[in-house]
Amino acid sequence: MSSSLLRTTPLLRAGLRARAAKPLAAMATTSFTRGKATLPDLPSEQERRPCSESCGTAELIAYCDLDDYGALEPYISGQIMELHHSKHHQTYVNGFNAAVEALAEAEAKGDSKAAASQAPLLNFHGGGHVNHSLFWENLAPNGKGGGGEPEGKLLTAINQDFGSFENLKKQTNAALAGIQGSGWAWIVKDKASGNLTLVTRANQDPVTGNFEPLLGIDAWEHAYYLQYQNRKAEYFSAIWDVINWGTVAKRFGQ
Amino acid sequence: MASRVILLTALSLLPLGCYSSSPDPSKPEFASVKIQEPVTDSFEPTMSIGTFSLPALPYAYDALEPSISRQIMELHHSKHHQAYVTNLNNALKTYSTAITANDVPSQIALQAAIKFNGGGHINHSLFWKNLSPSSSADADPASAPTLAAEIDKTWGSLDGFKAAMGKALLGLQGSGWGWLVKDGNTLRIVTTKDQDPVVGGEVPILGIDMWEHAYYLQYHNGKAAYVENIWKVINWATAEERFKGDREDAFKILKAAL
Repeated sequence: MSSSLLRTTPLLRAGLRARAAKPLAAMATTSFTRGKATLPDLPSEQERRPCSESCGTAELIAYCDLDDYGALEPYISGQIMELHHSKHHQTYVNGFNAAVEALAEAEAKGDSKAAASQAPLLNFHGGGHVNHSLFWENLAPNGKGGGGEPEGKLLTAINQDFGSFENLKKQTNAALAGIQGSGWAWIVKDKASGNLTLVTRANQDPVTGNFEPLLGIDAWEHAYYLQYQNRKAEYFSAIWDVINWGTVAKRFGQ
Repeated sequence: MASRVILLTALSLLPLGCYSSSPDPSKPEFASVKIQEPVTDSFEPTMSIGTFSLPALPYAYDALEPSISRQIMELHHSKHHQAYVTNLNNALKTYSTAITANDVPSQIALQAAIKFNGGGHINHSLFWKNLSPSSSADADPASAPTLAAEIDKTWGSLDGFKAAMGKALLGLQGSGWGWLVKDGNTLRIVTTKDQDPVVGGEVPILGIDMWEHAYYLQYHNGKAAYVENIWKVINWATAEERFKGDREDAFKILKAAL
């Protein structure tokens, strides 16, 4: 991990952060005593650094200093963004840290049963942390990195695998509307074939295995309910106006 | 013929589903309307499928305040529950066509939609009757003496039960429900994901909706406060009645219609 990912400057809004990032030296003495996961700030227009590389580990370091919760209005309200980021994502971070700690304790005691019992919590809270970290980077204010259409190699791949960008949106919206309960829809890249495809995941199950997540859309009710209530199709339609295709293209190129 | 049996089995899970009602949220008096008699011809054997309609609430949309806001109740009942009913009817209609056409792949493809929307209709129908204004006699746990004795036996006290139920509800990962069920003579707490209904031999006594739409407009991420407050509007008379009956009784309206 690069130390450049560490931000300990006062630029960070202290109120958002449950725990300060620990110095790297204090981390990773064993595989289970890593630093705590912390809530990433939302990406700013000026400065977006990828957090997704570290999302799979316990050390997620904040990477930017601006978090304008109203930046995605009118498509996603400031109230939704604030609760979603500072409360919901924070809860996943806390739950993930608690599960990691419990796993470490069980491991230290050689208690396999207790260790195994953490698996659902690791999946749920770890998945929630990973998914939301990817999601924030998938969004940007309309006209300032958000909205518009994909370009270049990404657009070529979309045309090839979905027929057109319009089709991709249509199919994604249908998949989102079809989720029975809480979950996510993802545009993913098949690591083996390189093809793009659309998948859904229940609850906070992360995209794993042979798929590389490029674009995730949160279909949990907390992602839209305060603004759209039961009219979730309107949310699915609006979110395309704040999708950051630059992030998607970057993930696609990797 | 086997498909027909599957369909009827699915339908037999649907309780309280055939009330004829025309709820008009703009009329405050709507909510005080008594639940109407079932439309008994909905399941005439000559009809391949029943058409379900939204049951009226046995109280006004604002009757559960401040525990559950009027806005939540109105959306939850007139929009969310209505959508389950509408989508269930659509799925059953398509399913009926698939049976007629002997189109088994289509029948299989429709089963998820029937389970989800049928479950949504069952669960919400049971849920509305599990609630009652806090000032009503039914909201007093004293209205469930027999059930209370069994709860004491199982969890030590009503508070012990509430704590166990609360833990189950707050432990749900994603959308779902928590239920107090009777299995034989034993009380148990179970959770069901999404709109899965309580199945098997279990009798659903008390269901609590933990979908975010059930509380988010009022409680946001504070779901523990929702769980805390919903105890003030539980209809213990309904719980007692379901506890004393069996699964057949819980679904007797549908059985009678058949």
